Amino acid sequence: MNRSIKWRALVVLAVIVVALVYLYPTVAPRDKETNEPKLPKFWQKVLPTEMINLGLDLKGGMHVVFEVQVEEAVDAAMDRNIEEIRFTLRKDRIPLAEATRNEAGQIVLVLAKPEHLDQVNKILNSDFRFLKTVSTKTEGDQVRITLGLDPKEDERIREWAVSQSLETIRSRVDQLGVSEPDIRPQGKDRIILQLPGVEDPNKVKNLLSKTARLEFKLVDEAHSVDSALRDGAPPGSELLYQTEYDPQTGREKKTPFLLRKRVQMTGEYITDARVALDQYNQPYVSLRFDSKGARLFERITGNNVKKRLAIVLDDNVYSAPVIQDRISGGRAQIEGRFTMEDARDLAIVLRAGALPASVKMLEERTVGASLGSDSIRQGVTSIIVGMLLVLTFMLIYYRKSGAIADLALVFNVLLIAAALAAFRATLTLPGIAGIILTIGMSVDANVLIFERIREEVRLGKTPRAAVDGGFSKATWTILDANITTLIAAIVLFQFGTGPIRGFAVTLSVGIVSSLFTAMFVSRLVFDYLLVQKKMKHVSV
Amino acid sequence: MEIIKPGTHIDFVGKRKYAYAVSLILVAITILALFIRGGPNYGVDFAGGVLIEVQFHQDTTAQDVRSAMADLNMAGASIQRFGAVGHNEFLIRVQDTGQELEGLTNKVHQALAQKYGQDQVDIRRVEMVGPKVGEDLRQKALFAVFYAILFILIYISGRFEMKWMMSLAVSAALMATVILLSHIGAGITWLILIALLVTLAVCFILKLQNALGAIVALIHDVSITMGIFAVLDKEITLSIVAALLTIVGYSLNDTIIVFDRIRENSRKQRKMSLAEVINQSINETLSRTILTSGTTLVVVLCLFFLGGPVIRDFALALIVGVLVGTYSSVYVASPILLLWPDQAGQKSGAPSLKGSGNKKAKA
Repeated sequence: MNRSIKWRALVVLAVIVVALVYLYPTVAPRDKETNEPKLPKFWQKVLPTEMINLGLDLKGGMHVVFEVQVEEAVDAAMDRNIEEIRFTLRKDRIPLAEATRNEAGQIVLVLAKPEHLDQVNKILNSDFRFLKTVSTKTEGDQVRITLGLDPKEDERIREWAVSQSLETIRSRVDQLGVSEPDIRPQGKDRIILQLPGVEDPNKVKNLLSKTARLEFKLVDEAHSVDSALRDGAPPGSELLYQTEYDPQTGREKKTPFLLRKRVQMTGEYITDARVALDQYNQPYVSLRFDSKGARLFERITGNNVKKRLAIVLDDNVYSAPVIQDRISGGRAQIEGRFTMEDARDLAIVLRAGALPASVKMLEERTVGASLGSDSIRQGVTSIIVGMLLVLTFMLIYYRKSGAIADLALVFNVLLIAAALAAFRATLTLPGIAGIILTIGMSVDANVLIFERIREEVRLGKTPRAAVDGGFSKATWTILDANITTLIAAIVLFQFGTGPIRGFAVTLSVGIVSSLFTAMFVSRLVFDYLLVQKKMKHVSV
Repeated sequence: MEIIKPGTHIDFVGKRKYAYAVSLILVAITILALFIRGGPNYGVDFAGGVLIEVQFHQDTTAQDVRSAMADLNMAGASIQRFGAVGHNEFLIRVQDTGQELEGLTNKVHQALAQKYGQDQVDIRRVEMVGPKVGEDLRQKALFAVFYAILFILIYISGRFEMKWMMSLAVSAALMATVILLSHIGAGITWLILIALLVTLAVCFILKLQNALGAIVALIHDVSITMGIFAVLDKEITLSIVAALLTIVGYSLNDTIIVFDRIRENSRKQRKMSLAEVINQSINETLSRTILTSGTTLVVVLCLFFLGGPVIRDFALALIVGVLVGTYSSVYVASPILLLWPDQAGQKSGAPSLKGSGNKKAKA
């Protein structure tokens, strides 16, 4: 018995030390600037350095779920295909009466001259392998070909849209300088973001969900804006608006522009975007293109001198300056009635790139920092008061054995905290509630043992036999009861997110650790008292 | 110190008819309350919509807040005081009516800032849940509760009646059926409710007594807790579902302690009728039951009073759950074992003992 006590005591001691080591970073004095714990050098090399991770509801921050509208990416890909088909057929002098995308997302080609059908099919088969012919119909003297996208390619585009959106959003978040952001995909088309300590959640939301599709389009000089407003835009052109928001009057001014639909160039060639001040100290955004973009831009400006080139972002016209001269050197400027803030945001969004498809916000949970710190304060108070009450009660009711239970309880809380730090689990407000609940329920294991011991004593057994009997009879009962609660906690963990997971984690950890402390640690103390101190009478 | 003197003998089993009446009344109130309220009061987590917690640095009333937001065309919004009066905290809740939820927070903030002053308004918390996600979460919650009950069925049938294989087979079949039906597009709420009833029937037919007793007690506890919430018109949020699952675990805890004693005693006391065995077991575990419930209750009361308004409803659910859970272990779970008076809970091959002959099932 002696040897076994020594070994067990060592085990318990080892566990205590490990727990304290894991806990130290959380309670160590913090560096004033970085708020990181100040740990001695040797510690940083070998020992754990993580503090307990606080959830968003305690730290303050944003949790957002975006759904990537993958349909748009597929449609955009089909549109690009249409452009290329048009281009290719024109080269071979095959006239097209129509080339559009129908409601089902398929491409519809109408050949003006049916005798070209074979040639067209050959071209489609060789150059457009991802497009499968769905149907070919002859209507009078025209042939209508409907093309669908190969399902594997469809799938690939969708996946690409999501991963690209993820990268773009990540890039934007990086530029915002949020500390410890957590961005990950969920399911087939969702992205979850957790951004702790965000000052202005609205601005961040806007920034992240902006599609930021930059397009350069020519102004339609041949038709008048007014007649378009009256009768609709002529074919090949569209009406887009420039929206100016006057912060003083709070009113929006919308100026219509008639633009040629055809996109001259997009923002994909932008390598850099910076905010600069012009001669009137007004901020503008200066763009730089890569070599391909620079050449393209040079060609566009060269072909359209004295015409106006509209800069369109997400179908909003920013400006439509007159092209004075051919622009080489790959630079351009976006001017408008910007505030410094707007200009910076635009630059961020252009630098990070456009989202391949728009994103819809499905879920948002934001907790302000003030609520976060209030919650921590209230949570900790509850734990302390709750613990004190239970500790006192156990002492009164079970006397010396109560003291043993109290020891086990304190040890329990220590273990839970250390486990949270060690597993880098997140502590949330429900998680704190979980700790408190564990305090109440862990008492149960001890109560079961002590009640059994009392029974054994009443039956007249010796202290050793009473303790033995009490523990052995209670063990399976304790296990049964706790395992079922553990089942509920595990199910909660699986189905829950965020705060609920935090609760499931502390509950589970609490159950496991209370099993350990009640059965191993309490037993150890009892054995020690019985053997070493030769306890004659069980104080319970 | 002892709260329950040894040798206490309260006739729980004899008084069980009064308990049935009480249970019936409580369950009836629950159903009535849910009916009157038109279903559970789903929070934004499940119904979708926006919830904004605002704190003002000056005294104000819900009326004032509403008038400040008058221009926003949010007539259906509910504005409630939250927490103590001096704190000037309010919850603004907008139902999901399909309108643009995304920009709403901003507009509300601006409207309030205009009326009260920029630094007088502090947006403490925002929760926005789109309708798709709300629906998702609702389904997940229901599945979670159902799966938990199935796993528990397996564990109890195994530990108390050694019927591991049977319970595993039955649970697997039930799980598979539910998953299949849910994919076909059956309404999840009704599906799970019916599945629960089927599970009970199966337990009854297969004589999985302990599981049946435990599960009926569970359903009893969860229903009554939801009923209280319906009566008080409190919201069912994700936290509350977490509390309900905890109650499931806790109530079970309790029930198992009693079952365990019953099993032990029926092995020891071959001459006693099942009813007497149950009575004795409950009396023996009474001390422990009161103590554990007591400490858990004390601790949850701390949460309720000190934990702050965000956790308060969660604590309330736990308080009700602990109380009802303790009660159900004694008066709901145990009497169900009396449906099979000659089986006494395990396969010890004991000679059949005639019970009190009372075949009345728990209503």
